[in-house]
Amino acid sequence: MIDTVIYSLIVGIAVGFSAGYLGSIMVLEKMALVGDALSHVALPGLALGVLLGFNPLIGGFVFLFVSAVLIWYLGRVTKLSFETLVGAAFTLALAIGILLYGNRLDALEAALFGDITNVSLTYSVFSVIIAIIIVLLTHFIYRNIVLSLISEELARSKGINTALANLLYLLLVSVTVAVGIQVTGTLLVGFLVVTPAAAARIISGNLSRYLPLSAIFGAVSAISGVLLSTSLNILPGPMIVISGVAIFVAALLYRWRKKIMA
Amino acid sequence: MTESNGYFLKVSNLKVQLQNETILENVNFSIKKGTMLAIVGPNGAGKTMLFRTLLNLVPHTGKIEWGEKVKIGYVPQNVSVKDIPISVREFLSYRKGADIEGALEAVKLDQHYVMRKTLSVLSGGQLRRVLIAWALIDNPSVLLFDEPTVGIDIGGEESIFAMLKDLKQKSNITLLLITHDIHLVREYTDQLLGLNKCTTFFGNSQQIAEPALQQKIYGETVCLAP
Repeated sequence: MIDTVIYSLIVGIAVGFSAGYLGSIMVLEKMALVGDALSHVALPGLALGVLLGFNPLIGGFVFLFVSAVLIWYLGRVTKLSFETLVGAAFTLALAIGILLYGNRLDALEAALFGDITNVSLTYSVFSVIIAIIIVLLTHFIYRNIVLSLISEELARSKGINTALANLLYLLLVSVTVAVGIQVTGTLLVGFLVVTPAAAARIISGNLSRYLPLSAIFGAVSAISGVLLSTSLNILPGPMIVISGVAIFVAALLYRWRKKIMA
Repeated sequence: MTESNGYFLKVSNLKVQLQNETILENVNFSIKKGTMLAIVGPNGAGKTMLFRTLLNLVPHTGKIEWGEKVKIGYVPQNVSVKDIPISVREFLSYRKGADIEGALEAVKLDQHYVMRKTLSVLSGGQLRRVLIAWALIDNPSVLLFDEPTVGIDIGGEESIFAMLKDLKQKSNITLLLITHDIHLVREYTDQLLGLNKCTTFFGNSQQIAEPALQQKIYGETVCLAP
């Protein structure tokens, strides 16, 4: 039991930290709903894993990865925004996923809401390694993406391949979501890339504060959610979301207090 | 063309066509090093596209010949800083080996005052100066400046042009400016390029005062022969 809690906490911290860090870009790009919607694209892949007897997370990741590349390509060709394309893809994926699951309701519930209590030592080590890679790669493309948000021409004039940076970013979101599905499920994993960053944004005056705070809030949401779910014996996903929203509310109150004191 | 032939930049028969629409055609001009060239023309004339082409960001035909191994600094017309919590220091430090203090001094900004401010709270004039500082950090040999005075009050416009002229005199940098302000063109720049998809005028900036030339640049398009 203690082992399970420790593994859950390790996975929670790894996923929460990396998702928060990555999500800070999403909030700047005003693409908060993309992370949420993209997570549903994993559902058919998870279902295929269950049906064909391989690890559902691999199926989920493959679907996310292929969808991300397809969305990136269609965005370049059609000039439609990521938000529009993801919006078009996710409801279809959700429908197909639910059809594929059929009457396997336990598996569908695990896919939708996650099952962090079943994580192994191997999975927790894997999630830490993936989180480190995600944070490092995100750090690597961060400047390029921020510059392209300020002015794409400015970024391109300095030789920055903005299309490649966006593709890498979408792929990182896919990996984060795929790993995070085990923690909160496809329905709630979008939370981890949005709310911690949103909370950090409202109390940060510069990027040096905003980036680490987004990651820390993500990790704290996950830790408190896992501990609460363990002590109350309920699903961890919703508790992680509730913990994160509490941090968001606390950040709002902090900001109001600061304004009143000023 | 090399600088030994007298030109820093020579553009010949430049043509840009995007999605079957001709954006620029028959664009011809040449300037010497240290020139302050004003590019004027009506909206939609292709002025910004000319910059994009000089930056090699769009496919084109014709020739763009730089007289030396050129290092281009670019200040775009529009930047989006409203929702990004990035301080002046953070922004300028994005350039490798940035001499932030030196760059801010060159654009006459008080570093103690602006360094910790976010870009979104700067005035229009301060933001333009920070963008120039960003472009100047690696000592470019030419600065492309798209509408230096957009969103700036009248006094601010004058001070930006004066600062650019001062910069040119100190470092012999070549400046290409897209602008609509005829008074500032005459007061501060050396040469004038009229553009309306093609070159409509190329010559001395002082001539902009002539109503007939203004009619030529902003009126019905008559392309100059190459």
